[in-house]
Amino acid sequence: MPNKNNLFTDAISDAFVQSMQKNKNVIIMGEGVTDPKGIFNTTCEALKRFGPQRVIETPVSENAMTGIQIGMSLLGKKSIFIHARVDFSLLAFDQLINNASKWHFMYGGTMNIPIVIRLIIGRGWGQGPQHSQSLESVFSHFPGLKVVVPSTAHDCKGLMISSIFDKNPVVFIEHRWLHNYSSNYSKKFYKISLNDSIGLKKKGKDLTILSSSIMLIESLKVEKILKKFGISLEILDLRVLRPLNLKKLFTSIKKTKNFLFVDNGWKSFGVGSEIFANILEKKLILKNTPVRLACKNFPTPSSHYLNKDYYVTVKDICLEVCKILSVKKSTQKKIIIQCDKILSKVPHDLPDLNFKGPF
Amino acid sequence: MLNLFGLARIRVIEKEIAREYQKREMRCPIHLSIGQEAIPVGVSKSLNTKDYIVSTHRCHAHYIAKGGSIQKLISELYGKEDGACKGIGGSMHLHDKSINHLCSIPIVGGSIPIGVGIGYALKLKNKKNVSVIYFGDAATEEGVFFESLHFAALKKLPVIFVCEDNKYSVYTSINARQGNRSLKKIVESLNIKFINTLNNNVNDIEQKTLQARSYAISNGPVFIYSKTYRHLEHCGPNNDDDLKYRPKKEIDYWLKRDPIIIEIQKLKKIKRFNENKYLDFCNSVRKEIITSFVNAKKSKPFTFSKLSKLEYAK
Repeated sequence: MPNKNNLFTDAISDAFVQSMQKNKNVIIMGEGVTDPKGIFNTTCEALKRFGPQRVIETPVSENAMTGIQIGMSLLGKKSIFIHARVDFSLLAFDQLINNASKWHFMYGGTMNIPIVIRLIIGRGWGQGPQHSQSLESVFSHFPGLKVVVPSTAHDCKGLMISSIFDKNPVVFIEHRWLHNYSSNYSKKFYKISLNDSIGLKKKGKDLTILSSSIMLIESLKVEKILKKFGISLEILDLRVLRPLNLKKLFTSIKKTKNFLFVDNGWKSFGVGSEIFANILEKKLILKNTPVRLACKNFPTPSSHYLNKDYYVTVKDICLEVCKILSVKKSTQKKIIIQCDKILSKVPHDLPDLNFKGPF
Repeated sequence: MLNLFGLARIRVIEKEIAREYQKREMRCPIHLSIGQEAIPVGVSKSLNTKDYIVSTHRCHAHYIAKGGSIQKLISELYGKEDGACKGIGGSMHLHDKSINHLCSIPIVGGSIPIGVGIGYALKLKNKKNVSVIYFGDAATEEGVFFESLHFAALKKLPVIFVCEDNKYSVYTSINARQGNRSLKKIVESLNIKFINTLNNNVNDIEQKTLQARSYAISNGPVFIYSKTYRHLEHCGPNNDDDLKYRPKKEIDYWLKRDPIIIEIQKLKKIKRFNENKYLDFCNSVRKEIITSFVNAKKSKPFTFSKLSKLEYAK
């Protein structure tokens, strides 16, 4: 298996190959799944091993293909349909929302739809308004769907395998910028439960940060920086948005009594809104006002001149933590210097220096 | 008289539903199939029991013709637990897995790709069965219609598209919606075999579906186009021709070409029509459905507190 690099994309590829080995009904479909790049090299190995009968190239017909996926699942096929950008899946909303999400309920529990919709969020290199939307809160609104937003290779593989073998439609949303991150994961076949919404990534005592996907990775960078200044952060990874299980968050907030949420998308009606509402309903007592950080409340501009201040950065998160915890001005200055140093290493619209585009 | 019985069975059931509906105990929309029975009866007659169908909001006739449980249909209309969807889906989601009627979907065009997916799975599993997709004339205006036909043709799937053209989408005529475009040309441009049928003629539809079925299994998708007419309003138990959205001449034309009248005329011509047998049959269906009404009224509704457990399959 070509996973010697332990990349996030290798973990996905592994999940596909091992699931397809386990069950002959597992198939992959989508636009570009058999092309030379194989959806960022995540479907190439599966194609090599199982051929175009099980890794199926499709016409550019998102809505019908989703309906076709549903129809196939009624006869026992377990398909993963891939949209290389989240934005294209909006064309499939009729089939996904009117049909897939309600099927089990609507037909009185007589049938179920075990399908996976794998979506990729774009960012940087001019992705612009229609190639960079973080729509996980939208999908999470609908009963009957499960929504998974992994951040590490280990979680990604286990959650993908769980999603493939789940009896329900699962929307699996990954961030393009996670693809080149490498982190250890087991080469075995393993599952991570979709009922376990939150992963504890760092233990701390001063403040709880909850985040998902690429923003979780940014939050982990923040934890590292602030540790040097004696600030101890607890970092929680919100990796399953629906069904939502916030027990670990409540336990953490009861301990730290300070809370910051870092969103991948927009603030209004976003994931953070749901989290804050849950905290309110739980009557948790906080020392300081909790804060949501999110993208600016307008679509993503394409130009790198214009999107420099669009996304939440490590610096934004650090400063917000300092504000909440009333960190001394002199310390804040030092933290800013650290942040600027990190941010200056890679241009703001690239995931890393190796990235050469074009998407 | 088998085909006549097939037509009459649906007609009697639908008329009894329309009558009973006035009592306002079936509290859901109903889209009756009265006048449109020839297509499902002709199609189902030529299908194997293991062939699949998917349907639309106007699904009663498809369901009955394929052999769906009448009690489950009626109990669904009453919103009871022993209904096809436990009363949760309602009249527009009839299905019966035991007869391979897998779904009915009221979003126009919504079941077309589902049926294509069933056809694709059949092909991948090397099964010699077809997937029949019923839809109305308005569904051919949807984007998903094109996408689905396109895919079925690309993969040469064992799918029969059955377009029931009753000319009206609610109150709007096909002329206002489609102008004078040629559906045949659209379908044929995708390399799909197009078959026209004699209007409301159950025997013609049966014969053509038989041909379509073997063609679809060995060569790929077929499109059966069949004109028909609903006698009652789009949704509900009444006649709404006082609204004058359908010309009187047109209504008269189609009432004379009612599928049951056409079939009786044909049987009379060949001296095979036995009126007593026919009336006896209708009475027996009436008894069956009245029993279903009584049972449905006695049945219990699904338990509200268990609904949330149905969000996900376990």
